[in-house]
Amino acid sequence: MTTTGESVTGSNLVTRTAGRPFRGGRRLPLDWVGAVPFLGYASLFLLLPTGIVLVGAFSSNEGGVILSNFGTLNQGYLIKSFVTSLTLSAVSAVVGAILGAALAYAVATGNPRGALRRMVSSACGVLAQFGGVTLAFAFIATIGGAGFITLWLQAHGLDIYARGVWLYELPGLVLVYLYFQIPLMVLVFLPALDGIRPQWREATESLGGNTWNYWRYIAGPLLMPAFLGATLLLFANGFSAYATAAALVSQGDAIVPIAIANLLSSETGLANPGEAKALAMGMIIIVAVVMFLYAVLQRRTARWLQ
Amino acid sequence: MNRTRRLKLQLFRIVVFVVLGAFFLVPFGAMFEFSTRGNGVDAPRTLESWSTIATYPSLVQAILASLELAAITSAVMLFLLLPTMIWVRLRLPRLNRAIEFICLLPLTIPAIVLVVGLSPVYLWMAENLSDSILTLALAYVILVLPYAYRALDAGLSAINVKTLSEAARSLGAGWGTVMWRVIAPNMSAALLNACLLSVALVLGEFTFANLLGYVNLQVEINQLGQANAGVSIAVSVASLLFAFVLLMVLSFVGAARQALRAKPRPSDPRLEAVWGQKA
Repeated sequence: MTTTGESVTGSNLVTRTAGRPFRGGRRLPLDWVGAVPFLGYASLFLLLPTGIVLVGAFSSNEGGVILSNFGTLNQGYLIKSFVTSLTLSAVSAVVGAILGAALAYAVATGNPRGALRRMVSSACGVLAQFGGVTLAFAFIATIGGAGFITLWLQAHGLDIYARGVWLYELPGLVLVYLYFQIPLMVLVFLPALDGIRPQWREATESLGGNTWNYWRYIAGPLLMPAFLGATLLLFANGFSAYATAAALVSQGDAIVPIAIANLLSSETGLANPGEAKALAMGMIIIVAVVMFLYAVLQRRTARWLQ
Repeated sequence: MNRTRRLKLQLFRIVVFVVLGAFFLVPFGAMFEFSTRGNGVDAPRTLESWSTIATYPSLVQAILASLELAAITSAVMLFLLLPTMIWVRLRLPRLNRAIEFICLLPLTIPAIVLVVGLSPVYLWMAENLSDSILTLALAYVILVLPYAYRALDAGLSAINVKTLSEAARSLGAGWGTVMWRVIAPNMSAALLNACLLSVALVLGEFTFANLLGYVNLQVEINQLGQANAGVSIAVSVASLLFAFVLLMVLSFVGAARQALRAKPRPSDPRLEAVWGQKA
């Protein structure tokens, strides 16, 4: 097998070794050519953009190497957008994790081959990917100013917006995000719950433990890494989301993705690609740290729950 | 399990299913209700919002553009990814992890970050190659990579690629014949799976199109929503129903596939996605 170094100069090698027989029974470097189209495509549309962000974060709009892009991040509204984003992702992740775990438990305690379980898991597969404009509109039609539930409650003397419209602000965003966070939690957490064996419960009972003991000393500690890991995944998921918030929030509480979008588009007259890249790099760092912790917890989970 | 505990558990399950079921179902009902409202407070129900969809030329154009994008994305994805995956399995097993890592990378890089890096690339393409909306398909291929990879990987794992290809090669088949006439027909369910996932993803895509300045279905729905909420919600419902039909087809295909396969895989690629490790 050839080394990685040769792969770069693969085409030269091909011409040089084309006439030779197999070297020690190894394949000709020609094999590498097969992976070139895919690697080229991925470099152009995945690695190059990522590289542009990483390099661009450190260069001025004219091209010099600077750190001032990060300096300008030290502005009230940008810091606030990071705080809003982190709050939104954290709250929606924790609430979504708790409700999703409850739903997953309700599913796991049912018939493992039942229709209910199949239905819930395929619905979750769809809803975890559901987001963006459609989701925003669904909630506007439900609890927007003229929404179905809003009007129905008003007719029964209840005004959910008595203290101002909150759908387009942080509390509303959390509620809307739960719509895709809960299903994702079910998808991620269900395998962990399936790993819990009824024998453990029986063993607890035969040793005189009650329900509280079982959850506190057996199931809780076993499920905790899986639960925390899933919560981190939900956090990263919420932190990366843009479309839903963009369709819902036109002004007011800006989250980081919206701040990036504003810096990117020239319509607002505030276009600053360098700053956008610095913000984007901030997002990459946060997501990378969260995902790393997730991977660590995932490994811990895998040790116990096979 | 004693009786009171079983009762408590049943009560818990019913409460959870009813409350969360309402949370997930009510918005759908509300959308449909909203899209059939008449003008004015006491106006009767009407399907006007639905019937006027075709009278918005920009909307029709956006729908067509999104459908074309979905088709192109699926095709490029298939012709790029499938031969590579087969080739890597047969001849370059050392590259397997690298390909998997690249394919799953878009899950960990937020779409908005990718857009920041893609916008100079698209500026260059618009000036030097083409500024057609269909160029978006090139970026969408990256977006669907993780899902397509998982689907194709599952399909390839279910068949014996090596035996099939060796048998075909020893009978004199070229590599093209091996891939498209021997291996691909043996994993048709996985191919369909990957294509449907790609189509569903492209039809719902907003971030790339909006920030790169192209008007696809979702961007148009969003713009229309400012002017005529009824129509844009009607289109949303329609596009959702379409996606659901697609995904129902997919889940039936998946169920049939699952019955054939010995070892089921998790339905969400993110479960195994991170850092290319197997969960």
